[in-house]
Amino acid sequence: MQDHKISFTGTEDYIASKELQNSVNVAVALGRPLLIKGEPGTGKTMLAQSIADGLGKKLLIWNIKSTTKAKDGLYIYDTVQRLYDSQFGDHDVSDIRHYIKMGRLGEAFLASVQVVLLIDEIDKADLEFPNDLLWELDVMNFNIPETGETVHARHRPIVVITSNAEKELPDAFLRRCIFHYIAFPDAAMMSDIIAVHYPDLEQKLLDEALAAFYWLRGIGSLQKKPSTSELLDWVQALTVGGISPEQIGEELPFLGVLLKKDHDFTTVLQRLHNEGAQAKSASRFPHLR
Amino acid sequence: MFINFFYLLKAYGVPVTITEWMMLTEALALGMAHSSLTGFYHLGRAVLVKSETHYDRYDLAFYSYFQGIETPVELTEKVLQWLEKALPPRYISPEERQKFQEWDLDELRRQLEQRLKEQDGEHHGGSNWIGTGGTSPFGHSGYHPAGIRIGGEAVNQSAVQVAAQRNFRGFRTDTTIGVRQFEVALRKLRQLSSKEEGPREELDLDETVQETGNKGGLLQLVWTRGRKNMVKVALVMDSGGSMDPYMRICSQLFTAMNRSSHFKDLRFFFFHNCIYQHLYQEPSCSLSSAIRTDDFLRMLSPDYKLIVLGDASMAPSELTMPGGSIDWSYSNDEPGIAWLQRIKNHFDHAVWLNPIPAHFWARVTGNYTIAKIRSIFPMYELTVEGLEGAIKKLKVRQ
Repeated sequence: MQDHKISFTGTEDYIASKELQNSVNVAVALGRPLLIKGEPGTGKTMLAQSIADGLGKKLLIWNIKSTTKAKDGLYIYDTVQRLYDSQFGDHDVSDIRHYIKMGRLGEAFLASVQVVLLIDEIDKADLEFPNDLLWELDVMNFNIPETGETVHARHRPIVVITSNAEKELPDAFLRRCIFHYIAFPDAAMMSDIIAVHYPDLEQKLLDEALAAFYWLRGIGSLQKKPSTSELLDWVQALTVGGISPEQIGEELPFLGVLLKKDHDFTTVLQRLHNEGAQAKSASRFPHLR
Repeated sequence: MFINFFYLLKAYGVPVTITEWMMLTEALALGMAHSSLTGFYHLGRAVLVKSETHYDRYDLAFYSYFQGIETPVELTEKVLQWLEKALPPRYISPEERQKFQEWDLDELRRQLEQRLKEQDGEHHGGSNWIGTGGTSPFGHSGYHPAGIRIGGEAVNQSAVQVAAQRNFRGFRTDTTIGVRQFEVALRKLRQLSSKEEGPREELDLDETVQETGNKGGLLQLVWTRGRKNMVKVALVMDSGGSMDPYMRICSQLFTAMNRSSHFKDLRFFFFHNCIYQHLYQEPSCSLSSAIRTDDFLRMLSPDYKLIVLGDASMAPSELTMPGGSIDWSYSNDEPGIAWLQRIKNHFDHAVWLNPIPAHFWARVTGNYTIAKIRSIFPMYELTVEGLEGAIKKLKVRQ
């Protein structure tokens, strides 16, 4: 809580909307975890990197898997190693502290300067997982019963939590968070994002690619809608492949970069066939410019 | 001074709590709103709203609190009162029913639209309130002729789209008769995780002793995989008016499901007559409990066992026509059948349980839609035997 003046404004390689910047700053100022939700590919994980870069802090990433337990993030007591060591008697096993290893959250607490801690994809874990972290995130300390020590956070870390909404998060957990939903970027913002990655892109190509992209996303029956990162890959493929802007709307070249499911492929080709190339040429979408 | 805003948010269905309100106060004290309304808007949303599905309600509440509408609450009441007066009485006499049946869908809709237009003139900004869809009785209404369909002797009993007050009833009761039988049947819905997958997390004591002995007392820990029930279940129930006669048996199944603690995960969802782009988390199908069907499909992986519980009887238009939803204010761009097909395709295992006894399926009023839905979902009657059949179907590898 040492500095309220710092403020996050996005970084060169990450465009953050005004609202998102605001949410980040509120979370930092209040010392609350920032919960980020949004469609896959809207840059949830990238945000933490950007906050760390933007504020000049170190980033610690705690990737959550379905087997992750809340305690794993605090510390791990390696009993098995201790048992093995005790068999040989060449280590000092009387000091349990040698067998306590800090988890990501523990590391963040013990860091000598304030860090950014990313708890990535919290919804992957067990339903009770977020509740198990309530206390630690609230008061920023935890107890190690094995040694009787209490670990206090030297500097309250900036905690960023991402969720894909696979599972509902518990209310008690939500109450303590600052929440932000990253909406899927509109065409204007998307062209800014692309410009960051490919500054020299031809305007015509960009328009056509965006028109085709949003046309694709507009197809309701797609099982997996293409996301930002796929669009970026696609734009690169188009550039490298030397595709002319006119071809994009007509043929949708390198469609495999955008669509990952057989079913979607057939759907799109069907539509393309039925509606003809006119459907998604940029001229049909003047508002996208 | 903003405390009324807090209550207004609650009234609009944003679940705000004191904790969050205090947090907002703290942030305001730190100057996080940058002394502007826009700043306050974003700050409030970040601190008070915890789900993107509530964003819209927050916007509405914010709009009504800050945008020059002087007495928003009163206005709501006024509109509601007006709506109440305009509603047909809840008891509909046979003559009146005749009148309704003569109207077709478009006529009915036109009439209501007409009324709404008039109201717009009378109460300034009134359309705004109705536009929210959830707060006016117009949003959630449906009238079903009282006749029960299984009799087979009635002719014109298809549900007509009428805006009328609907009685909501929760499903959860403490019925005990029959519950146990369902529970026993449900216990068969079990699929243990194999010894082949998952992390080795449990200490295999026998093997550990054996191995340690083999090593002459040198400790050798052996880990094994535990066996757990991996079955995840999603129960999607029709809570529409035509289900009323079957309320009791549905409650029994619901109670039995709820008591079954052996599932890895169990989720309940509700719909009204047919599934469109929204499902509901409460039997009332209120707007505040709505989730998008797309999100439902994203949230539940295909390995969930889907059980749909409904009478599958509705007006053919409700199933096959865009805009055919029984709720007048609810517009579905895609016909219900497309949604049903999509849901069926998503899940590896899905069954439909029908409280109407199987031998009536071909004869009841809803036989057309029952047949249609049966072509998508394997359908079983809601009896203990039917449930067992359904469970077998859910366990078969496809």
